[in-house]
Amino acid sequence: MSLGQLFLEIGGVILALAFVGRAAGRLGITPIPLYLLAGIALGAVMRLGDAPGEFIHVGAEIGAVLLLFTLGLEYTSQELRDNLRANRQVGLLDLALNFTPGALAGLLLDLPPLAAVLLGGVTYLTSSGIASKVLSDLGRLGNRETPVVLAVCVLEDVAMAVYLPVVAALLIGGTLAAVGVNLLVALAAFGLAFFLALRYGHVLSRLVNVRSDEALLLSVLGLVLVVAGVADHLKVSAAIGAFLVGIALSGEVADRARELIRPLRDLFAAVFFVFFGLQLDLGSVPGVLLPAVGLAVVTALTKFATGWWGAARTGVQTRGRYRAGTTLIPRGEFSILIAGLGLDLEPTLGPLAAVYVLLTAILGPLLARFDGQLAPLLDRRLREARAG
Amino acid sequence: MVKLEETPLPGVGVRHDFDGRFGKRVGVITHRDGRREIFVSRRDDPDATAQSIVLSDEEAEAMADLLGGSTITRHMNTLTQDIEGLAMDWVPVAEGTPFAGHPLGDTKMRTRTGTSIVAIMRDGHAIPAPGPEFGLEAGDTVVVVGTPGGVVRAARLLSGED
Repeated sequence: MSLGQLFLEIGGVILALAFVGRAAGRLGITPIPLYLLAGIALGAVMRLGDAPGEFIHVGAEIGAVLLLFTLGLEYTSQELRDNLRANRQVGLLDLALNFTPGALAGLLLDLPPLAAVLLGGVTYLTSSGIASKVLSDLGRLGNRETPVVLAVCVLEDVAMAVYLPVVAALLIGGTLAAVGVNLLVALAAFGLAFFLALRYGHVLSRLVNVRSDEALLLSVLGLVLVVAGVADHLKVSAAIGAFLVGIALSGEVADRARELIRPLRDLFAAVFFVFFGLQLDLGSVPGVLLPAVGLAVVTALTKFATGWWGAARTGVQTRGRYRAGTTLIPRGEFSILIAGLGLDLEPTLGPLAAVYVLLTAILGPLLARFDGQLAPLLDRRLREARAG
Repeated sequence: MVKLEETPLPGVGVRHDFDGRFGKRVGVITHRDGRREIFVSRRDDPDATAQSIVLSDEEAEAMADLLGGSTITRHMNTLTQDIEGLAMDWVPVAEGTPFAGHPLGDTKMRTRTGTSIVAIMRDGHAIPAPGPEFGLEAGDTVVVVGTPGGVVRAARLLSGED
């Protein structure tokens, strides 16, 4: 294939995304579900050649790595520690209420046990990207329920950091003994890296923090990819390595890196969603539609309950509880990431997760936006139910 | 004093807020990138934000000035920045000081320490440029200007250690 043809096809895909992103901005919703739809549509109408396909595949992997790296950058180790201490009850309730439906559904659908574990992860993780966008778009950062919403997102991200290496080790498979060894290696490597990141992160931060923006961008990107590569060789997920680098960097260097990496992350994350959509076989969608809708309804309710209870615990009134509940409903980037891990294991995970994410990512922000109309209705219902 | 509540917002910044006397919750969110967001709550739903305004660093400073918070301290800061080696301190006149009830002149501050008393703070008011006949009282705070060493000596003198 000629270079010209390659550029034409990739440029076409990116332009399509730009169009979709603008439409999302106009409608005031997050572009994530639209990127997925664009990927599905492109996959249906366009036959990408090998070279663009390869480019988009690698781009999607980089997107996953950068997503987790910037996620790690978001949190200082102090914030993680404080949150673990203060909000573990909500965190545990969240895990119990939202992991279980996915795992149960996986077993009911006769998926392999490991695929059921992955599906539990898909339904567990709120999209912190969508949630924080809803909070800032609707001007709700000052709301009383907002700290609870953010805390739940942080705790999920921590849980994810443990969950991913375990799943990655399990996915390698083999005999029971081999799985056990892999699991131990993964957990030990992760634990050691986490300890080092918390303990000596400031040293790394100082070493990386050079004055020139260009040199900083290159150092950070290089470091992230090298650590991701090493992690992948050690059979710990590449994305987890990147997450740890993000945790380790703190202070000024974290602020600067966040600014510098953001455009790259946005580009590759968009490619990541498109790639997922592209891979999707439209023919398999009708088969998963019913379970996906059922799962979306059930887990929207359980997430809602999590937010409701968490907000109630901090003394927030019913309307705030409603907002906390609905803001937590959307699933997004990390659900897709988890489903992507298990595609070889169980092909239906892909379409199931895609439809599920589409439904929750649209339903959640819609319900959150109309809190003024819907919350009083719910409030009245609840009061009537209590009265008799 | 209003009772300020501080809440960390992971991934965003810190929020300070208080329940205003006239019924609304008022607060400031300090974003990690330095932007300040002022918000007020709704009257019918104090958990929710009714209105919020995002301010840049400079705008936030201007707003603080308009509200009258930091004018005095900022003038002081400019002063010490302008003259190198000049120190300024607020020295409390504690109970048991030998100068309580005496006129300011009795301290012979200028001769003994090389520092000048530029103002007295009493009951939350500032009395600028007090004369030597001005009567000191325990509980006053004396604003002293001079070399760093001189300011330390002035504090010792006022506490009666010298």
